[in-house]
Amino acid sequence: MTEPTTKAAPSAGTPLATDPATGRVEREFTVKDRSQFQQTMRRFLRHKLAVGSLIVFVLLVLFAFVGPHLWKYQYTTITPDNSVAPSLKHPFGTDNLGHDMFAQVLRGLQQSIKVALSIALIATVGGTLWGTISGYYRGFVDNALMRFADLVLTIPSLALAAALANNFGGTWWIIAVILGGLSAPYVGRVVRGMVLSIREREYVEAARALGASDIRIMLRHLVPNAFAVVVVNATLLVASGILAETSLSFLGFGVRPPDTSLGVLITLGQGAVNTRPWLFYFPGLFIILVALTVNFLGDGLRDALDPQQTRQRR
Amino acid sequence: MLAYTIRRVLISIPVLIGSTILVFIMVKLSGDPLESIKLRNPPPPPQTIRLEEHRLGLDQSWPVQYWDWLKGLVLHGDFGAAVAPSDNIGAEIGSHLWVTMRLVFFSVLIALILAIITGVLSAVKQYSVLDYTTTFFGFLFLSMPVFWFAVLLKSWGIWYNQNVHADTFYTIGDKSVVLANDTTWGHISDVAGHMILPTIVLGLAGYAGWTRFTRASMLEVLNSDHVRLARAKGLRSRKVLVRHALRNALIPLTTVTALDIAALLGGAILTETVFQWQGMGSLFIKSLQAKDAHLMMGWLLVSATIVIVFNLIADLLYGILDPRIRHA
Repeated sequence: MTEPTTKAAPSAGTPLATDPATGRVEREFTVKDRSQFQQTMRRFLRHKLAVGSLIVFVLLVLFAFVGPHLWKYQYTTITPDNSVAPSLKHPFGTDNLGHDMFAQVLRGLQQSIKVALSIALIATVGGTLWGTISGYYRGFVDNALMRFADLVLTIPSLALAAALANNFGGTWWIIAVILGGLSAPYVGRVVRGMVLSIREREYVEAARALGASDIRIMLRHLVPNAFAVVVVNATLLVASGILAETSLSFLGFGVRPPDTSLGVLITLGQGAVNTRPWLFYFPGLFIILVALTVNFLGDGLRDALDPQQTRQRR
Repeated sequence: MLAYTIRRVLISIPVLIGSTILVFIMVKLSGDPLESIKLRNPPPPPQTIRLEEHRLGLDQSWPVQYWDWLKGLVLHGDFGAAVAPSDNIGAEIGSHLWVTMRLVFFSVLIALILAIITGVLSAVKQYSVLDYTTTFFGFLFLSMPVFWFAVLLKSWGIWYNQNVHADTFYTIGDKSVVLANDTTWGHISDVAGHMILPTIVLGLAGYAGWTRFTRASMLEVLNSDHVRLARAKGLRSRKVLVRHALRNALIPLTTVTALDIAALLGGAILTETVFQWQGMGSLFIKSLQAKDAHLMMGWLLVSATIVIVFNLIADLLYGILDPRIRHA
């Protein structure tokens, strides 16, 4: 950090002296210099809704992963209270077998968040690779990869995922691999678009002239410069991921009983909306809470990382 | 325009062929159609299993199976043999498709009209109460699981019916089994009555994304140079809005709508499951439960075709709306 200088200068902005300690040039009207990360952080922190959403989302994750260790009932515990309404003993009530709904929702939230985060991770890594290779090599490779992506996108992914999950079982990571794999072409298309323009920039040409290998150019120049778009997409994928997982589980092809997820809980509670509403509303509210905070977060990140995309906002 | 149309149609053909291959491979990975017979207790004689394998074509290699399936489909319109010998897959898909398509069609129509109106208004009155309200509801519907909202609306419908002691909302099925008023008009109003709640559910699922998109696209156009010029030369603001801004802002919406059709078909499966419709949703779940490979392939291929056709229509509309595209 350079200190604001008080010395008089011959003309505005000309270099005065070089600080021997830091090697930085002192100038008149020196502004505190900020790294790109600091700039992004400043823009992000200004976005109150996104910051609030981030806090709520982190709390939800803690709630889902730490909560089950602190709560007195396990999700498998069968208590003697059948179908009781929410009370101090059972904050979310119990189902007809006596399962404590609070423990069930904790477990369901944990499984659903685990799957949603994995979907985002798999789709982002896979899609970034897909898009970078496609955009960098262009020609035949690009054509083959992108036509394949188009094909995957023509078939409703919920149907495709249900067909595959029906055979390969209902473990959480299999669901995540299937749904993540089906979202990867979407990320791939977006990343390819970015890479196509980045690869024509001067610094890529310079790197190539210096003898950088293809892999180095892709990893050091293309991926970092497409990073903003990738991060925003990854965030939004968590929201669509939790909706996809719960939809699949709702139809009976995702996470399956005796294990549970928020989708499974809604399947079990849907017959009791008017008689025992707590079985239906609590799991649903948590899905909305996760998806909503993640969507707000993604919106804030887009403004912070990629200001060109939101021209209307200062 | 004719050359452009022909070019777009020709491009769709390889996509269609590609999707037959993809659908075939995916369904082959989705399990053995004879699983339930093989697991039967007592086990059926090997002769029975061999006969079934022959009837379903499973005794052939994958390429031969694919070729036979494609040949039957193109030459005879035959979707292949079903696991249950009495079922005719083509006829089944036909009758279920009609039920689903009218749901999707009306949902898209309502969602688009609503999305354009609110999207444009919130862009024109940016940061107004209206803008914040529509943005909030946009985000809410974007984050709400379709099936949860469907169950919610269904329960509200039931609750309302109980309170007014009348069947105002139909909450089960796509039409009544026994109809009191057996006239053409009676049939139409019956079907329409059953459609109200599911159409709202699916429509709002599509609306959420499209209103956000319309707003963003409208804001971009409103800040562009040609709109500023139109204002500067003194055009009435209404004319600037409709002729210069709206027309340009709506062009990208056609593509986005077409791309979302696949997701809406997925949403239709969920909506139909909740409201117990006899549409494509229930048909697909039946095919999964029976592991009926030919039914699954037919289903996936038909929905892929719908998506491809919608994309083709969007491409053609794009060409009409934006002359630069068709002359490129």
